[in-house]
Amino acid sequence: MTVESTAARTPRRSAGTKAGTTGTKRTTSTTKKATSAKKATGAGKSAEPALVQLLTPEGKRVKNAEFDQYVADITADDLRGLYRDMVLTRRFDAEATSLQRQGELGLWASLLGQEAAQIGSGRALRDDDYVFPTYREHGVAWCRGVDPTNLLGMFRGVNNGGWDPNGNNFHLYTIVIGSQALHATGYAMGVTKDGADSAVIAYFGDGASSQGDVAEAFTFSAVYNAPVVFFCQNNQWAISEPTEKQSRVPLYQRAQGFGFPGVRVDGNDVLANLAVTKWALERARAGEGPTLVEAFTYRMGAHTTSDDPTRYRGDEERLAWEAKDPILRLRRYLEASNHADEGFFAELETESEALGKRVREAVRAMPDPDHFAIFENVYADGHALVDEERAQFAAYQASFADADGGK
Amino acid sequence: MTDKMALAKAINESLRHALDADPKVVVMGEDVGKLGGVFRVTDGLQKDFGESRVIDTPLAESGIVGTAIGLALRGYRPVVEIQFDGFVFPAYDQIVTQLAKMHARSLGKVKMPVVVRIPYGGGIGAVEHHSESPESLFAHVAGLKIVSPSNASDAYWMMQQAIQSDDPVIFFEPKRRYWDKGEVDTEAIPGPLHTARVVREGTDLTLAAYGPMVKLCREVADAAAEEGRSLEVLDLRSVSPIDFDSIQASVEKTRRLVVVHEAPVFFGSGAEIAARITERCFYHLEAPVLRVGGYHAPYPPARLEESYLPDLDRVLDAVDRSLAY
Repeated sequence: MTVESTAARTPRRSAGTKAGTTGTKRTTSTTKKATSAKKATGAGKSAEPALVQLLTPEGKRVKNAEFDQYVADITADDLRGLYRDMVLTRRFDAEATSLQRQGELGLWASLLGQEAAQIGSGRALRDDDYVFPTYREHGVAWCRGVDPTNLLGMFRGVNNGGWDPNGNNFHLYTIVIGSQALHATGYAMGVTKDGADSAVIAYFGDGASSQGDVAEAFTFSAVYNAPVVFFCQNNQWAISEPTEKQSRVPLYQRAQGFGFPGVRVDGNDVLANLAVTKWALERARAGEGPTLVEAFTYRMGAHTTSDDPTRYRGDEERLAWEAKDPILRLRRYLEASNHADEGFFAELETESEALGKRVREAVRAMPDPDHFAIFENVYADGHALVDEERAQFAAYQASFADADGGK
Repeated sequence: MTDKMALAKAINESLRHALDADPKVVVMGEDVGKLGGVFRVTDGLQKDFGESRVIDTPLAESGIVGTAIGLALRGYRPVVEIQFDGFVFPAYDQIVTQLAKMHARSLGKVKMPVVVRIPYGGGIGAVEHHSESPESLFAHVAGLKIVSPSNASDAYWMMQQAIQSDDPVIFFEPKRRYWDKGEVDTEAIPGPLHTARVVREGTDLTLAAYGPMVKLCREVADAAAEEGRSLEVLDLRSVSPIDFDSIQASVEKTRRLVVVHEAPVFFGSGAEIAARITERCFYHLEAPVLRVGGYHAPYPPARLEESYLPDLDRVLDAVDRSLAY
């Protein structure tokens, strides 16, 4: 996929068309899938369950008896902040995609389209909460104050994770799918033992929901009543496999079998993600145990820069989701409610470009690590074999110096 | 204070001491609570330290190790039990991709003081998946340390040291020696964890072993002595790292080496030792390094395990072959 525009996108269908009005209705291509699912399960007519939505794709604030309270005190400043977070995250993400195309990064996993899920949930967290991300949580990292340039080291190939997890309570990106759900659960068990009221949030995707580790994390967290929120971004695609290749039931319903609540939220509605995650975190803090949040969203771009989605999905689906763009809908709301003026948007555009420039320059200036970094931090307390091989490597390297000196 | 106790009891005492000394130490695993583990290694610990320190877990090995990693990230020092060697594989992913690599991935900012206890090896007439020796599968993974005590005293002290280690340690417990008694001095000052020890001095050939095979090698040395041969027995104690310096010192003296382990010889620790010692001691060796171990076959049904496992005669056969060069 090509580099995406970083500004709020304009839908190619005007608001008010089929795809734009409800936010829950499926497009033609997905209705087919729903039909086959219906056949298989014998479910009723409604193909998809309701999801929590506070802001429609048109930017209209809709009431929600259960979750309004969690965003009741939100100010115009907060809303502009959420908008800024999403725009800058998208800008950073686009810059990283460009840098991959320019050969500066080996790979990039874009979060395009998932900004609301990540910023909404990320801003629901307290400083003392702890985040266990996958490798696509650039928006959450942004909320935690992890410098975006730190995220790029592993994609450039200079390290396997360049930040101190305890610096921002944001664990290293985890590439093995679903592993971190267990780490989050264990960490949350520790929080309970410490008598703290922090909460833990584990991010994963629809594909990861098939992993045993995620199921085991559900089991452990339920059994120990651990203060953890499982935040599943169902972006509809695990590389080339649609969600129906992972599950016969909506993912949030999985929680029920483990004995804790699950809720589906409009993943492109930043307010809804903020509210639902706050609710789930409060449950955790209150000793009510784990919650599964399924943020129903869409991976607008490729799985990674190595992927070619044209081989497995059509444009219609993407176009339908473009109409539900997370940034556009908040912009509409901000404009309609006079919470932001042209000056704000113009200033943000300038800030966005500055961020892009900073990221670009930082990546280009990122040095290759010293060769001896291979042997660093393999063990905390050292290991005789590593010492021996480091010495052999040093001697080998030095042999070239000798050859040069001999000339 | 010196006490005579079984190897399993020594580990129990060691865990008890660690739980007592450091509130961050937690013991977790299947049936480790009321039951005290299927081998009773954790007997009485939950009663004395409570359910939040000695944790009965769901029956899910990946979950056990994965949550232990999370606890370690929170500052705990988990000691997890995998009930039997053959059941570690659901946790293999967490051990290899997460536990072993976390310190390096974090550029040293995160430490993983996790001990994974695995009762291993055969000789107890067990059913399938209860008699395996998978240490080589872990030794191949950088970031892990692997040890195996052969006696009660080492079991006590090596467990203390494993728990104090800031690196993940896979602690292979020789289950067939659980009931062997030995003197344990709980006030001694132990040597370093990853060093080998000469347990019997000799001049004609070195037998190197660890865990359950050390006792066998001592018996082999006794038998050989009756035939006028002086065998040196090295208890390696650690499989990663391996104390090659001690093996080298012994081989430079005896000029012959036989490595004995229950694990299959193919890609086993003996292969690595043979390669390294050949490299280090090429001009000292009078014979190629020989290995005695399991075959490249699934661990056999109990009625056949005596034919599969190294025993006195098989090791003596290797000794004879080495001395014949």
